Amino acid sequence: MTGALAFCRRFARNRAALAGLVLLLAILLMAALAGVLFPDDPWDMVAQPLLWPGQDGEYPLGSDLMGRDLMSGLFHGARVSLAFGFTATAAALLIGVTAGALAGYYGGLVDDVLMRITELFQTVPPFILAIVLVVILTPSALTIVTAIALVSWPGVARLVRAEFLSLRGREFVQAGVVLGMGDARLILTQILPNALGPIIVSASLMVATSILLEASLAFLGLGDPNLMSWGTIIGAGRDALRSAWYVAALPGAAILVTVLAFSLVGEGLNDALNPRLRNR
Amino acid sequence: MTLLAIDDLQTHFFTRSGILKAVDGVSLSIEPGEVLAVVGESGCGKSVTAFSVLGLVPNPPGRIVGGSIRFEGRELVGLPARDMRALRGDRIGMIFQEPMTSLNPALTVGDQIGEVLVRHRGFTRRQALTRAEELLDLVRVPDPRRRVTEYPHRLSGGMRQRVMIAMAIACEPKLLIADEPTTALDVTVQAQVLDLLASIRARFGMAILLITHDLGVVAETADRVAVMYAGRKVEEAATARLFADPQHPYTRGLLGAIPEVADDDPAMGRDRPRLSEIPGMVPALDAMPPGCRFAPRCPEAMPVCRTAPPALRPAGGGVAACYARQDDRPSLEEVA
Amino acid sequence: MRGFASISALSRHFPRSHYVLARVAKSIPVFLAIAVCNFILLKLAPGDAADVLAGEAGSATPEYLAALKSQFGLDQPTWAQLAHYVGRLLRLDLGWSFRNNQGVLALILERLPATLLLMIGALGLAFILGAALGVLASRHVNGALDNLISVVALLFYATPLFLVGLGLIIVFAVHLGWLPTGGLTTVGASYTGLRFAVDVALHLAMPLVTLALFFLALYARLMRASMLEVFNQDYVTTARAKGLSEGRITVRHVLRNAMMPMVTMLGLQVGTLLGGSVVVETVFAWPGIGRLAFEAVMSRDLNLLLGILLICSVVVIMANILVDLAYAWLDPRIELAR
Repeated sequence: MTGALAFCRRFARNRAALAGLVLLLAILLMAALAGVLFPDDPWDMVAQPLLWPGQDGEYPLGSDLMGRDLMSGLFHGARVSLAFGFTATAAALLIGVTAGALAGYYGGLVDDVLMRITELFQTVPPFILAIVLVVILTPSALTIVTAIALVSWPGVARLVRAEFLSLRGREFVQAGVVLGMGDARLILTQILPNALGPIIVSASLMVATSILLEASLAFLGLGDPNLMSWGTIIGAGRDALRSAWYVAALPGAAILVTVLAFSLVGEGLNDALNPRLRNR
Repeated sequence: MTLLAIDDLQTHFFTRSGILKAVDGVSLSIEPGEVLAVVGESGCGKSVTAFSVLGLVPNPPGRIVGGSIRFEGRELVGLPARDMRALRGDRIGMIFQEPMTSLNPALTVGDQIGEVLVRHRGFTRRQALTRAEELLDLVRVPDPRRRVTEYPHRLSGGMRQRVMIAMAIACEPKLLIADEPTTALDVTVQAQVLDLLASIRARFGMAILLITHDLGVVAETADRVAVMYAGRKVEEAATARLFADPQHPYTRGLLGAIPEVADDDPAMGRDRPRLSEIPGMVPALDAMPPGCRFAPRCPEAMPVCRTAPPALRPAGGGVAACYARQDDRPSLEEVA
Repeated sequence: MRGFASISALSRHFPRSHYVLARVAKSIPVFLAIAVCNFILLKLAPGDAADVLAGEAGSATPEYLAALKSQFGLDQPTWAQLAHYVGRLLRLDLGWSFRNNQGVLALILERLPATLLLMIGALGLAFILGAALGVLASRHVNGALDNLISVVALLFYATPLFLVGLGLIIVFAVHLGWLPTGGLTTVGASYTGLRFAVDVALHLAMPLVTLALFFLALYARLMRASMLEVFNQDYVTTARAKGLSEGRITVRHVLRNAMMPMVTMLGLQVGTLLGGSVVVETVFAWPGIGRLAFEAVMSRDLNLLLGILLICSVVVIMANILVDLAYAWLDPRIELAR
């Protein structure tokens, strides 16, 4: 417990990480309050199209090409984008942790095969693969999450494999072996909990890249047509990128802040987990 | 004239958790051609002392805060960086503990040796490589013509240490500082390297400041020995005298004179210090006892030892900082 | 010197050309595996594969579909189809883009130079500038300059590519009017020689910077960490003990060793870079593979998309070979590790 306390103290001493945490909480608050502050459907065409921010007090951030309230879109978009980020990361973790754990734990042929597959996925350009997958499976929340997860897991797999390789030979794992624990039990109760730190750090960065990936897909018109994410707004604004640039810029800025927040928090977690490496 | 005179040197490290007085008032001197060994457990400040001479203590966090270091009569503390660089590798050479990591993996052996000559002697690269070959021969590296073009990863630890020595003596320095030169090597190789150092000294007449924790190395090589403990010098004497008649309880501990062996103390575990004959641990640098720093581990400690640090006084033909070895030691009442 | 060394040393059994060949041979299975993946993707697509290959049902004539079917052996069992498909890929036959009425390979090769120009330019800029900023930051650790570089790098890292592009367009094209908003050359102008080069360079500037900034951030951070790491190495202390100046130590002893992780990163980033160029080329109407991919998405031309995926993977494989060679040149220890 004192370890957790020291960890929190180290994290709290890091001003950049705290700033990231504050930003993150603000974004989560946006997502939580979207339904309360903007009870109407963000898809509703409520205003005059292409209102610039500040032009009409009722729609402080203006409206898009179809006259939809951008402020409402940003709040509801936070929900959808965060949901995409978290679910895609969860899915990628599921694949990556499983592959990495099996490779690191069993070694040998299992390791060889899994690492070849990982290398293969790292050779194929991830974003282009995601595009192809979404096009083939037709864009929907499920296919987008699947595509993002499929291109994001190799990094986690390598990380988890490395952790497992180094933890495998440690005393507490050997003790488990002597006690006659089964493989699954050893992996889940002995090794995985000790590898959790680096996994959490890379997960926080992965949420950020997942949100970016979804937005990039949506920018190319490959978003879920029924969900308004930040990417959807950007995609809709693509046709007026030069004239009504604020339509794409506002959700773009929201993504910037979100990626920044997750990066800062991730780095803070990393520093707090490895105090030795600070100031490097 | 004394070649190197260190007087009351204080090198401190300014860290987040406080000031660490790694070297806290150490005085040493070396005459031309002499071998002075500085011994002590790891963390006693012997390496920091050596690094201080060349101004190689990493700053921050380390800094020389007091004392003087005179080399050939010239003050080195506060010497401008440019002048200090002119001395390094030219008048004073240095070899390090880890031959495996002390050579640049991306440069050939010849280039790394030749670099010193290019820097200090104005050699061309071609001249430097020719000379590097001769130097490799001198430090008894077989087939120097081939080795000169090779990268360090092809050499064994012992060979790499020879390369380091070749590099350090390329400009025929007056002083060679050897920081644990044999610690990382196999026992048989250790002997060869010590042999080599002795023959080089004989050939060039250079003085050697030998930093080591290994008294076996000291006995073979050194003219004189200084023993350091927790940032201070606690005893100094000619090698033969020190071995025959150690004065300070710590020195006697090092020499294994203390019968109780703490070897089977389970608490010491794997990380037991190398000189395990002495029970207890070196005090942390930021938690020094007020009196004699060895008192908490000393089998002969008296009440006076815990009050004020003892000064170095003549004892047994050398000097020692120990109340028990000094005839004019103050009584407890006087100190209090 | 180095060449002489590699010939003279007896134990170096593998001259460079052998190394290159061995490295190329090693990537052939990777290529085959990617070809198989492509086939699986093709099979995953809903509907008849012939429809997919023709680019969405309804647009192709029945005769064409029949021709496609026999051309791809789609009337045969799956494994035979796979063999057939991979065999065709190996003969560099990527099929026909019905939408563009052009062979897929020809279409891609026509667009490839523009993308390579953009990619190499962006990577070069990011690498060189990133390394320079990383070196600067590492020489002033935790100082004002270091913090400034860190903050800027973090911002570049977090900004979505299209937003950077958008910002540049608004400032330099719309408001200042200094640079063209998109395309490869000025439409209607038929420049030659130097004028042509300048025209392309002006069009290239914004997409290149847009694509480079993200990677610039990565390289600056990596180089800083790498420099600090190397400066802590024992051999740097050795170099100091030789009396070398800090500048000379940085150039001769630190830079080269600090570059090694940078080069590794270069290889890892080529795939990401190609993905980024899809967005950048779309924003700037840059007529490269990325823009082609966007067009293929818009028209749901799956066969073209699969061709792009394959060729981009080949680009990554080749880039990785080059990176490995560069690494072997930088790090003399490689010959042992192989």
